[in-house]
Amino acid sequence: MPRIVVDVMPKPEILDPQGKAIAGALPRLGFTGFAEVRQGKRFELTVEGDVTEEVLDHARNAAATLLSNPVIEDVTRVAVIEDAQ
Amino acid sequence: MTTETTSKKFNIDTVEHAEQTPEQPLPWAELGLKENEYDRVVEILGRRPTAAELAMYSVMWSEHCSYKSSKVHLRQFGDKVTEEMKEHLLVGIGENAGVVDIGDGWAVTFKVESHNHPSFVEPYQGAATGVGGIVRDIISMGARPVAVMDPLRFGAIDHPDTPRLVHGIVSGIGGYGNSLGLPNIGGEVVFDSVYQGNPLVNALAVGVLRHEDIRLANASGVGNKVVLFGARTGGDGIGGASVLASESFDDAKPSKRPAVQVGDPFAEKVLIECCLELFKNSIVEGIQDLGAAGISCATSELASNGDGGMHVELTNVLLRDPSLTPGEILMSESQERMMAVVTPENVAAFEAIMDKWNVEYSWLGEVTDTGRLIIEWDGEKIVDVDPRTVAHDGPVYERPYSRPVWLDGVQADSFSAEAPTDLRAAVLELMASPNMCSKDWITNQYDRYVQGNTALAMPDDAGVVRVDEETGLGIALSTDANGRYSYLNPYDGARLALAEAYRNVATSGAKPMAVTDCLNFGSPEDPEVMWQFAESVRGLADACQELGVPVTGGNVSLYNQTGGVAIHPTPVVGVLGVFDDVARRTPSGWREDGQAIYLLGTTRNELDGSEWANLRGHLGGQPPALDLDAEKTLAAILVNSSRDGMIDAAHDLSEGGLAAALSEAALRFGVGARIGIDELCERDGIDPFTALFSESQARAIVSVPRSEEVRFNDMCTARNFPRIRIGVVDAENDALDVQGHFTLPLAELKEAHEATLPKHFG
Repeated sequence: MPRIVVDVMPKPEILDPQGKAIAGALPRLGFTGFAEVRQGKRFELTVEGDVTEEVLDHARNAAATLLSNPVIEDVTRVAVIEDAQ
Repeated sequence: MTTETTSKKFNIDTVEHAEQTPEQPLPWAELGLKENEYDRVVEILGRRPTAAELAMYSVMWSEHCSYKSSKVHLRQFGDKVTEEMKEHLLVGIGENAGVVDIGDGWAVTFKVESHNHPSFVEPYQGAATGVGGIVRDIISMGARPVAVMDPLRFGAIDHPDTPRLVHGIVSGIGGYGNSLGLPNIGGEVVFDSVYQGNPLVNALAVGVLRHEDIRLANASGVGNKVVLFGARTGGDGIGGASVLASESFDDAKPSKRPAVQVGDPFAEKVLIECCLELFKNSIVEGIQDLGAAGISCATSELASNGDGGMHVELTNVLLRDPSLTPGEILMSESQERMMAVVTPENVAAFEAIMDKWNVEYSWLGEVTDTGRLIIEWDGEKIVDVDPRTVAHDGPVYERPYSRPVWLDGVQADSFSAEAPTDLRAAVLELMASPNMCSKDWITNQYDRYVQGNTALAMPDDAGVVRVDEETGLGIALSTDANGRYSYLNPYDGARLALAEAYRNVATSGAKPMAVTDCLNFGSPEDPEVMWQFAESVRGLADACQELGVPVTGGNVSLYNQTGGVAIHPTPVVGVLGVFDDVARRTPSGWREDGQAIYLLGTTRNELDGSEWANLRGHLGGQPPALDLDAEKTLAAILVNSSRDGMIDAAHDLSEGGLAAALSEAALRFGVGARIGIDELCERDGIDPFTALFSESQARAIVSVPRSEEVRFNDMCTARNFPRIRIGVVDAENDALDVQGHFTLPLAELKEAHEATLPKHFG
């Protein structure tokens, strides 16, 4: 079945404590050379049937109102992906 | 460091430039300044302010920072303090938080603040950063934070927007407080439609320190270094600063501001430990936390409280967002930041401690004796002001106030509905109602016993924390307010709030010592709201004087208003009490079979403004009468009987009256009782319904071991305080049996009491 991927990131000007913690851990574990880390989240919505424009609109709506907190987060991507199988 | 790249991006509005371009228009109105206020800034400076100066004045002269509408009234808290009240006060109003001596060289600092508006916009982060902000106030006094409390008020429980706020705010408080490892020992939760668009999120924190560790916010010692440490500065909480974009060449800004402040409790935890190490080694001369108005507030307050001058290079501030303009950096409310003053000899030691805790810091400048706060941007002067004019000499308004014309009508409308015939159903309805139901669903999301020093927490009357693990020396805290009482009579409402918090602390067995307050009101520009505010402050100051407990600090939150409708006046009062040994604390529930249950105080027909009237949709008449002498005597009886082991349980009577107190005392440990109220009704000339539901003040129920009854009665007689034996603890029969009226199995009562919040939010 096709899936819709929604990517959500903290807004650029918002503090991202998780990203900050990871940025602190990277050099401690030997991963140097990274200036900044921001951590977002990815949702996969599996669709029953075909992904029509209407279904995509539904997904965009859900992304903007439920999956993200518009006060502190941006939806950076809503896209259909092919099934890996 | 980003000095070189950032500084070139801006068309910096320097002092020199401001002198040369007196006519350049500035967005003072958008920044919230009134025309007369802007004119005053121009008069003070003798020229137009620079963009950075305008940013500083606009935030520091805002209602939130300058208390410009409330100051003239708040003076009463200082004026009405007697020498006797000051006896235990080590630091009074005006510093970050007051400090109270609790004996054995120990001191306690505590304060309650509001974070109402941010919590409505973004409930989780708003509530979380509310906890973070008040905890930093406590750290900056030199204390180790030991507990927090959160008085909350939401709109109607069944309104569609209420779950968003309840879930967000409760998880925000838990998320931040639990991560810090601080027990949340109490607070209040009230649902009322007046708070629909203006939920109240008040946060109280308490900290413990040794007398010699007290630190104050001042920058003394010419040549001492000024350092900013903790989190980096980003665009958090910048309100109107975006209108200062005219000072920027660069339009490619991050998405639209203002940005919500996001808290990082783990950074704050490190900051706590790092600050305590600084204090222990006497590394800092003065320290200030950064909250509202950020660097503007910290630099101007530190400078004006010390030797009067400070020189700062603003490009040294470590930034999270390199596109911030100087004005934005000055206004940013990024969390988890502190500013300190360090002697040159201690610089290396300071840096060593920062490195140990892995806390970022940057040296901004130094203390001077010029009487000027000079801020430079890459060597160019962008601020040159007398810091007192920013921090202390803001506008002060004598806002007009007038008694609302509708008040007479409201006060004349006494509650007169017929008493319900089925008292059993009435008690169940009361105990399941949104305001009287069990708050376990909320308090279970908070750590209440972390650190192992919590002796009592919700649902007991007060939170009790041990301070000294050797002696058991400890403190009790309670916060209370009743917006309905204050709506009916703001003067008495504030006094009643103090009386209840005072009574709660005494009920736990502690001696009440000091007060903090968070005054939540509507718009001060509305004369009727201003009258409510003035009356509340007058009432609270008078009552503090009568009870002999000083106000040590607090906060005012105005403009809690949507459209023309203000919230009920809600003066939240926190009272701190002291125990010589928390082991003798008095819990609120019965445990021992056969103990006698006494009701202390007199019950009158006082149902106006009560929870029962609220359930019937009625709000009118006068709140219950207050007798502070009776409150004092009651408190003395409760504290003495706790100390002398005369009582095993005590619970104060407040909202919901005797019905609520009996139900809660039974449910606390699941132990029932047989109660008789007929003698009480005869003595006080009331009917059984009034006996159970009236909210008369200065009352409490206690359970007395058989062996102590004579001594207990003698003490009440000696103090001439009314008491009546109303029943006996019955551990065999799992029910609350009000003889001749009804029997309520505890399982049924518990089910009704605990189901309400999970039903709406679970």
